[in-house]
Amino acid sequence: MILPRLASPNLAFALVALGVLLLLAGSYYGLFVSPQERYMGDVQRIMYVHVPSAWNALLLFTLAMGCALAYLWRGGWGWDAHHEALLEASAVLSFLLCVQGSIWAKPTWGVWWDWDPRLTTTAVMLLALLGILALRSAVDDPEKRATWSAVATIIAFVDVPIVYFSVRWWNSLHQMQSSPETVSAPFIVPLRLNAFGVLALMGGLALLRARVAARRTAKELGPALPPMPAGAALEA
Amino acid sequence: MTDTLRLPTPAPRRSNARRWLAVLAVVVAAAGFGLLTAGGIGENLVYYWGPSDVKKAGDQAIGATIRLGGQVAKGSIRQGGGEGSLLEFSVTDGKAVVPVRSTGVPPQMFREDIGVVVEGTMTKEGVFECRRLMVSHGNEYRAPVDAEAPDMEKLIKSTEGLQQAGD
Repeated sequence: MILPRLASPNLAFALVALGVLLLLAGSYYGLFVSPQERYMGDVQRIMYVHVPSAWNALLLFTLAMGCALAYLWRGGWGWDAHHEALLEASAVLSFLLCVQGSIWAKPTWGVWWDWDPRLTTTAVMLLALLGILALRSAVDDPEKRATWSAVATIIAFVDVPIVYFSVRWWNSLHQMQSSPETVSAPFIVPLRLNAFGVLALMGGLALLRARVAARRTAKELGPALPPMPAGAALEA
Repeated sequence: MTDTLRLPTPAPRRSNARRWLAVLAVVVAAAGFGLLTAGGIGENLVYYWGPSDVKKAGDQAIGATIRLGGQVAKGSIRQGGGEGSLLEFSVTDGKAVVPVRSTGVPPQMFREDIGVVVEGTMTKEGVFECRRLMVSHGNEYRAPVDAEAPDMEKLIKSTEGLQQAGD
């Protein structure tokens, strides 16, 4: 388990590199190898970034919730550092998700946005993530920040299954989840490559971001600074 | 690269107060989720009405801004010539049929049998006056059969026409 401790930068950079490679391969396949969709044409290709963004936004929010729960239950700064990092990664993906969705919606549905259950609950998810991050930046005491934001994350997590099931529970403009049965084979390859690409890239970046969070917390806690390597000047 | 960054000290220890907070947060989250799912929000949160619902609502649907959703009935599309012209079609759910009157160029995806959500109101004559036309597509993505390919120029044009008709 990495999350209660800090990952080595080598591992994080390796994940980032793997993510970039997978995304390059998936995007090449999606843009140049996969055929046009029968009715939507080239517009459908935005699915190759939209769907991986959605999956990973929900997955990273779930992992952030796990870190929040673990922090409250067990203590330890590692959980808090990764909680913060995963919240940010999920917020970035949720934002991209909404933008990509809008770009896809305009030429197919005919509108940029509508207050459909899937779109609305996703907007709630993005706002909840931004709200928790705002809470974190507003609290100076590291322990209070960690505790309060962990509680907020656990409660806000309620929205994640609602986002997922919204298209099943209510009638909506957004289509239901696709499955390999509803998607032609040449479309599935870039979807999978990009899904794992986004996961590796954002996962690697989150591991690096957690190191930044840990370093800041160490500074806030005062004199008991962690040992630094000789010559590794941190502060300008 | 030697990694010398360690977690900050002192580490927050296990604390019973924090554990109670964890339990409380999970209980609140579970209760919220339970209320949302079992509390009948499914019936109270309605994004659009089907043709049957609109028919059942009768006079209530007249004058009120509502959304009507369903499939475009086969053979029901009638389009006047020229820009910003009349577009008539029927929306069906297999049981009831509601005639819809709209203006402007619909999105390229608009065709028989595809899902639509129209925003507007019912008129006394029983025709749905559409102010905003949205096309909903299913979760199927298929490679084209044979050499057919969508007309991209037409697709782009369709989004331009919609700006006036929809918003």
